[in-house]
Amino acid sequence: MRFVAALLAWLPRAFLMLAAIGLLNFALIRMAPGDPAAVLAGESGASDEQFIAAIHRDYGLDRPLREQVFTYLRRLAVLDLGMSYRTQRPVASVIFERVPATLLLTVPALLLAIIVGTSLGTLAATRAGTWKDTLITSMAMLFYATPVFWVGLLLILLFSVSLEVLPPFGMASFIKKTGMPGVLDVLQHLIMPVLSLALFYMAVYVRVARAATIEVLGRGFVRTAYAKGLSSRQTLRRHVLRNAVLPSVTLAGLQVGQLMGGAVIIESVFAWPGIGRLAFDALMQRDYNVILGVFFVSSAMVVVANLLTDIVLRLIDPRIGRN
Amino acid sequence: MQRPALGGLRSWRFAIGAGALLLIALAAVFAPVLAPFDPWEIVGGQLQAPGAKHVLGTDMLGRDVMSGIIYGARVSLVIGLISTACSVAIGVLIGSLAGYFGGFVDRVLMRFTEFFQVIPSFLFVVLLVAIMTPSMTSIVIGIALVIWPPVARLVRSEFMTLRQREFVEAARVAGLSHGRIMMAEIMPNALPPVIAVASLMVATSILTEASLSFLGLADPNMISWGYMIGAARTVFRQAWWLSVFPGLSLLVTVLAVTLLADVIGDRHNPTLRAMAGG
Repeated sequence: MRFVAALLAWLPRAFLMLAAIGLLNFALIRMAPGDPAAVLAGESGASDEQFIAAIHRDYGLDRPLREQVFTYLRRLAVLDLGMSYRTQRPVASVIFERVPATLLLTVPALLLAIIVGTSLGTLAATRAGTWKDTLITSMAMLFYATPVFWVGLLLILLFSVSLEVLPPFGMASFIKKTGMPGVLDVLQHLIMPVLSLALFYMAVYVRVARAATIEVLGRGFVRTAYAKGLSSRQTLRRHVLRNAVLPSVTLAGLQVGQLMGGAVIIESVFAWPGIGRLAFDALMQRDYNVILGVFFVSSAMVVVANLLTDIVLRLIDPRIGRN
Repeated sequence: MQRPALGGLRSWRFAIGAGALLLIALAAVFAPVLAPFDPWEIVGGQLQAPGAKHVLGTDMLGRDVMSGIIYGARVSLVIGLISTACSVAIGVLIGSLAGYFGGFVDRVLMRFTEFFQVIPSFLFVVLLVAIMTPSMTSIVIGIALVIWPPVARLVRSEFMTLRQREFVEAARVAGLSHGRIMMAEIMPNALPPVIAVASLMVATSILTEASLSFLGLADPNMISWGYMIGAARTVFRQAWWLSVFPGLSLLVTVLAVTLLADVIGDRHNPTLRAMAGG
């Protein structure tokens, strides 16, 4: 029942959020200098008058502004993201065939960052002030300060160019393998992109988990747990972790949007065939409909992730959402 | 729990962070004097490894990498400072209105803030800068528009607690206008924690600019570290120095800013410091 409540609370927010993203997209198109139709056409046909006239008609650009907004939102509602004028295909299908690759990259990266980051952060907090704490916090600070794309390039230099143990780009080898060898091949291609994406976010979780654990350790109920004779391991597992993990989960929900940005960078470094790489290619070709579509679809992924984090939070802390 | 000499540790972090930033700032200001060549000019052979004439080597066109690194400090520092200043202005405005007035105003403004907190912000900046065409101005606007939410939340919570304090009541009884109470009475008390958050935002801005210019969204008139790495991507396997040195410069700059931000953060969060055993 609690999850039904979560879903019901989420639906209107999700709807509003997506409508707002739609408005933002519309504003971005209108903000461009010059004729919005010429912007949408990009390099593919800005000089072709008939082509521009067709875009005008499609988007109702000759109608009053209010009508234009509604036309645009109505099209978004049925997932009509317009045409990619570069590839002459609907943006929605171009994007959706790329979504699985992006999920394959971002979901493991986020999980790795949360699990390793939170564990290291908690460890640092329980050893606050010792060399272990200093080592973990220093490493976290170092990774926090390193540009994501640079980590990727260095990994390629090290593991592909010097050591020649990992493939430098793409999602699979040129010679297609099937079955188990095929899966292993993809996994091999996955290691460096996931790692470079995860390191930065891991650093964030170390900081958050450390601060949260230190805060929880100082509370009264922890002292009570010790006082009633629980060992420090038991106290940590039963009383501290559950509370210290909450901020990390909340953060994960907020970070999915950032992660999509990281995916654009990492996918273009490793030529990973996801929606981030698609956005980068579209950027190079000034195919704005595609970038706007990627922005909309990534936002939709954020909205879904928010529901998931809400449910996870309710699982960890039953008090949430009770009132 | 052990009690380390955190005071000593802190001054050490401060010294390193401030020292490094000072050097970078000097490089930025005196770039024309310090740089051996014009960073855009072809002054040597193509792809020369680091050596006597070109300390950090040359790029695929024969431009001096060292000079690019020195001039590149300008973009990072300027973008870092100006975007942060702009975003603090946005965050303080929204946060103070929400925290001071509460109720409906608060709900609307917080929904707005939440929206900007969860959208894929980097993609938004990419779109914005691409559509407005890349320049220092569009990059600053783009970054400032996405990094303000933490400031707004912080200022809001400060205002919510401070507006109930006696000195604010006194000012209200004395008949001061809302504007005066917000600006002259509450603001000075609400700002210190904002400084801690803002200093970390400088780091975020620098990293965001680097990613933008790495993707090709750089101001065409200013050389930047991210641009150097991005432009050399096709040859980075043969010429490691083209990505390693600009990347190191970014790392050192952001690390210096983060160290300073941490020291400032510790000073404004005495409870956490106390609990950390310092």
